[in-house]
Amino acid sequence: MKRELLSVISCRPLNGTVFELKLAGASAMRAGQFVELSVPGFFLRRPISVADSEADGTLTLLIKTVGEGTKKLRALAPGDTLDALTGLGNGFDLDASSPLLVGGGIGCAPLYKLAKEFAAAGVRPHAVLGFRNAEEMYYVKEFERYCDVTVATDDGSAGVKGNAVTASAGIPHDRFYACGPQVMLRAAAGSLGRGQVSLEARMGCGFGACMGCSIVTTKGYARVCKEGPVFEAAEVVW
Amino acid sequence: MVRDTTVSFLGYEMKNPVVPASGTFGFGWEFAEYYDIDILGSMSLKGTTAEARYGNPLPRIAECTAGLINAIGLQNPGVAAVIGEEIPRLDKVYHGKVIANVGGHSVEEYVTTASAFNDCDKVFAVELNISCPNVKGGGMAFGTDAKIAKNLVYEVKKSVTKPLIVKLSPNVTSIADMAKAAVDGGADAVSLINTLVGMRIDIKTRRPVISVRTGGFSGPAVFPVAVRMVSEVARAVDVPVMGIGGVSSARDVIEMMMAGAGAVQVGAANLVDPYACKHIVEELPAVMEELGINSLKEIIGVANA
Repeated sequence: MKRELLSVISCRPLNGTVFELKLAGASAMRAGQFVELSVPGFFLRRPISVADSEADGTLTLLIKTVGEGTKKLRALAPGDTLDALTGLGNGFDLDASSPLLVGGGIGCAPLYKLAKEFAAAGVRPHAVLGFRNAEEMYYVKEFERYCDVTVATDDGSAGVKGNAVTASAGIPHDRFYACGPQVMLRAAAGSLGRGQVSLEARMGCGFGACMGCSIVTTKGYARVCKEGPVFEAAEVVW
Repeated sequence: MVRDTTVSFLGYEMKNPVVPASGTFGFGWEFAEYYDIDILGSMSLKGTTAEARYGNPLPRIAECTAGLINAIGLQNPGVAAVIGEEIPRLDKVYHGKVIANVGGHSVEEYVTTASAFNDCDKVFAVELNISCPNVKGGGMAFGTDAKIAKNLVYEVKKSVTKPLIVKLSPNVTSIADMAKAAVDGGADAVSLINTLVGMRIDIKTRRPVISVRTGGFSGPAVFPVAVRMVSEVARAVDVPVMGIGGVSSARDVIEMMMAGAGAVQVGAANLVDPYACKHIVEELPAVMEELGINSLKEIIGVANA
């Protein structure tokens, strides 16, 4: 973990609710790690997953506007600065030869960096990206650079009709990597075999001090922010 | 000139009065990754119970203006693991002595857990949490009834060899009366304030944010309440007082000491800035110089005259 002052390179909407925030000055991070952003006027920091992190310090975040804090982040302009804790959490393990990435909604975000890391290691993953409808899709073209992509929408307005887990049926893989709503992750854990899930939780600190985000695993209590956010799917007590 | 930041609390000499508060600093050793924690005056360890506890279901954190509500519910690995694993790990990276914080559901549990620290050299005092708002059927009940509090302190004091600090709840009519009860029971010192019971509602789902409805509110918003209560207690009892509540800067530390605190705990600030205590320690000499304070010992309770 590091505390760093990041500066905004760009902030642009990707659809009605999701926006892309590019920041400069961040230490390089692994796929599956997250940052905690301090938003002026709010006491607690906002935990946001790393969508991309490059060696030159560029950090890409894909953020869904859900409340007042994320609304404020959405209004950032180039040159604005943000106080951030970077390099939080454990990250994904890349021990797969035929990886299946399963994302639901804003949960697709951390899988983008994962896809890039697999591609850099010479592995082309299959990504199943689930959205509510065609309007809520984002980053599909970006994923296509590194993955074979299947899009699923709940209403069938784009790709196959269904959710990311049902759309994953029959896609060959030796390990899955999922991020999205809890109910989707539980379904993935139950039907897709061996894999890792990235969990979300309301956090206090984000670095293991407050125990605000502890969950129960087969190996005992674990903090989503410190031992996670990535867990072996079979170890989570759903 | 060199500003003297040292204080003495219950006979323990501290480099400075800055003490991370229980529940906001884990068992300390994880913070050694971030900075040299030997600069801290001491620390109050995560609240410990006889057996391991998971605590309350999630969510157990809610944001507030200038603070947060928590309802962790005393998650901890149990006193045996604290003494056998956590404290030895801390001992490798922190060379000062610490405060063991003890919670419980019954007089017997408090006695068992508190006395388990009798032979632990790393611990210079036991802080009895009789005021946790997040534990059902215990915790705060001990801290809101003067008779029950006095009896609990009396029973614990009989079997504990370390100096006993009683951590007081602000959720009472008269915190000065509670402090007197603790001292009558045998408390060597008091610490205050624990969190204020609070509640948030998610106005979209129309449900409480916290799984168990309410939790403890802390953060900069409670600082003035804490200063007032520390001052009231310092005027009511003759034992040392440790000030807690919304402290986020060296100026806050000094204000809390002027209200009567012999040392000061820093809580919620650690959760938004892992370096909060480090900054406060580093800031202290310059603020003392600006205010013409040569030694922090001179200012304890000056505002109460």
